[in-house]
Formats: sequence, structure tokens, C-alpha cells
Amino acid sequence: MPENTENSGTSGAPHIEFRDVVKRFGDNTVLNDLNFTVTKGERVTLIGPSGSGKTTILRLVMTLEELTGGYIHIGGTPLQYEEQGGKRVRIADKRRRRITTDIGMVFQHFNLFPNMTVMENIIEAPVNVMGLKKAEAESKAEALLDKVGMAWKKDARPSELSGGQQQRIAIARALAMDPEVLLLDEVTSALDPELVGEVLAVLKDIAAETDISMLIVTHEMQFARDVSDRVMMFDEGSVIEQGLPDKIFSEPENQRTQDFLRAVL
Amino acid sequence: MTPSNSWWDWGYAAEALPVLFDGFKITLLATVLGTLIALVLGLVVAMVRRTAPAIINAPFTWLVEFIRMTPLVIQLVFANLALSPFVDSTLMIGIWVLGIHYTTYMAEVYRAGIDSVPKGQWEAATALSLPRVRTWRAVVVPQAIRNTLPALGNYAISMFKETPFFVVIYIPEMVRNAQTFGGDNFRYTEAITLAGLIFLLASYPTSLLIRRLEKKLA
Repeated sequence: MPENTENSGTSGAPHIEFRDVVKRFGDNTVLNDLNFTVTKGERVTLIGPSGSGKTTILRLVMTLEELTGGYIHIGGTPLQYEEQGGKRVRIADKRRRRITTDIGMVFQHFNLFPNMTVMENIIEAPVNVMGLKKAEAESKAEALLDKVGMAWKKDARPSELSGGQQQRIAIARALAMDPEVLLLDEVTSALDPELVGEVLAVLKDIAAETDISMLIVTHEMQFARDVSDRVMMFDEGSVIEQGLPDKIFSEPENQRTQDFLRAVL
Repeated sequence: MTPSNSWWDWGYAAEALPVLFDGFKITLLATVLGTLIALVLGLVVAMVRRTAPAIINAPFTWLVEFIRMTPLVIQLVFANLALSPFVDSTLMIGIWVLGIHYTTYMAEVYRAGIDSVPKGQWEAATALSLPRVRTWRAVVVPQAIRNTLPALGNYAISMFKETPFFVVIYIPEMVRNAQTFGGDNFRYTEAITLAGLIFLLASYPTSLLIRRLEKKLA
């Protein structure tokens, strides 16, 4: 597969763009006036203490949370709200779904559908959202299952599988939609330690073989270092430091980044 | 045949059986159709109450409470009085009243079932951009029903046992037939006892099945 060689993280048009984003839960302001962009094919890891708003950022991009203020653009198209005649107008769910079709997400707790087999989980969206024929979706699913090493379990139910296996299938399910953006939300946090490696290995392969833009929230600092083009350190809802992974992990400038990394490494 | 004076006459009992079975057919029909009505409408009610705006939800909730908080017998008599000029079949009136009465109970069961589907399932559906209808049909409802099958089954048995209330609108189900049969000689022991036994024979194995299902799903 031809590789994208330009995903240095500093060139290209913005793929994900946060403009003056505000997110509040009741009185609690999680994100306050956040601005950042991710370019096409860039892999950005968000680090920071829990409660700093990292997961909220991913959930906003997936439209699992409603923006309180500001705008998010995906490939130049407004996602949740748009400006119309100087007013901020909510975009209807149906239109949102057209954009989120290009966005995939992998969750901490896998969230496979327990009432479906592995194969049914993977072809559900390709058939019912993208309109693929069942046979077509299945052969594509087989290839993806092969890639994540789970083809032999295609007729199993999620409940029969280990956490690591379920997560690999969840990754295949997200990839089956040919996403241009992939959101990884603490995908190894719920796994037993001995199962973390198999999931990260799969993700590293995908990072190497595709040019999908990725937003990653993880506590696996080595993984972050291996796949990221850029690391953004969050605290209290804003970016306090960002840069190349080597720079952030080896010689962080901000005191809070230093404290955080000392605590987790 | 005139029954003997002993407290139980086997010959008389045997004579009652065919009459009872005629009634049993009606009982069974009412149970099956009533259950189907309650199963389908109950799901619709549960979904409306979960998704509809407050302006529709409020009167709807009131109606559901009204049906639940009044006795089935009164509803049967009332519906029969109100509807018999327009509907030929009293049986159909009875079946609909029974079905709608239990709709309110089954809706509560479905509601609990829907609430028991983890938030992560809805989120996964959103992440896959599944349309709303598809999310309900392929993800939420199958899981909700799985969680509620035993409770729904218990209500079906309960409906079965409440069909004798049809007696108040003169539907010839099993218990009414037992009464009519007994009334010919002012002797009810055999027919009523047998009717009770038939109910027991039908509902006990069903409840055992439901209990097994419950264990299997747990």
C-alpha cells in the first residue's frame, strides 16, 4: 500500500479544526476556548491528568457530546454547529451523520454489539450506512479480520472472546467504514496487562499502513511515542504544551508537563 | 344427565369436559391475541415515552396510568357498553381491552429493558453513524427484549389467568362455560374444579419454561 509520506504534522490543510470550542457540563467548564487543528494524516496524542478534557475532545468529534460553544470543522465542513447570518445554528442529526460516516472511534470498553456475531458487528454499518452488498461487506470484513488476527473467530459472539480480542474486532469494525479520522479513546485501559501488546501491535500496523488522521488518548506513553507526529499536553481544558513526541517526552518545558510525565512514566 | 348425590360424579365431570374445551379454545385465542397486542403496543408505548417530546409524553403517561390504575373488570364492562353498538364481536372487544390493559404493564417492562442497554451501545451506534431507526431495530430492541423475556412471559401467563373476567361481558370462555354447564343442574363442583385444573395444567409448565429461560439468560 502506498504510504503517505507527508504526515509530518505541520503541512497540509486542516482535517480537524477546533475553533473557540467551549464545553460545559452544568457548571463545570471542561474545555474553555480551545483552538487547535490536526492536518490530514497526522497522528496526535492527547496527554494530561484525568479530568483535563482529553476524552471530551474525542467525544465532541464523534458527536457523542454536544458543543456548548464554538465550532468543529472536519475537512472544512462544520460538524455540530455552523454560522448562518451571524448566528450559531445547530446542524441536524441527519446531516451530522453524513460527516461522522468518515469518522471512526474505538472505545475503552469495546462496545461491541453482544446480540451480533463478530462478522455481523463488522458488516452492520457498511451494509446499513454505506449501502454495501452483504457479500461485498463480508469479504471486506474478512480481510480486516485477517489484519487484526481474528478471522478464525468471525462466527463467535463477543461474550466468548477475551478483552484483547474484542478490542481488535472493535478496531476492525471502525476500519470497515473506511474512516478518514480515527479516534482512539484509552483503548487499552480496560485490558489485562498481558493483552495490551496485541492491541497496540495492531494499531501500530494500521498507523504504518494507512494515512488515517488519528486523535489518540492513551496512558501508554511508549505507544504514543511510537505512532504520534505530535503530542499535546492538556491541563484544565487547555493545551499547555505541544510538540514532537521526542521533545515532549524527553525534554518537556512546562513544569506541569514535567510533573505529569514523572508521575506516569 | 342428572348427577348423583355424592360430592363428585365422574360421569358428570366427563360430560363437562367437551364444553370446557370449547371454552378453552376461546380462552387460548384471547390469551394469544391479547398477548400479541400487548407485546407490540407495549414496545411502541415504551419507545414513544423514551423519545417523544414532553407535550406528547405527558397526556400519554396520564393515559397509561389511568388504564393501569383501574380494574380490568370495569374496563371490560365499560368498553362493552361503549363499543357494542359499533363492534359486532364481544370477544374482539374483550381481547382488545385485555391486550391494551396489559400493554401498560408490558410497556413498563420494555422501558426497564431499554434502560438496561448500556450507554456504550448507543455510543457505538452513533460512532458507526447508524440511523436512529436502525439503532433501535438492530441494537437496542434485541438487547432490551432479551433482558425482558421472562417478565413478558410472566405477564402472558397472568393474562391467561385473567381471561375468566370475560364472564362479565358474557364471552363463552372456559369459566363461563363451566358456570353455564353447572347452572343446568345447580351443580358447579365438577365443571369449576376441572376448569381450574385445566388452567393449572396449562400455566404451570409454561411458568417452568419461563423460569428455565430466565436461568439461561441470566
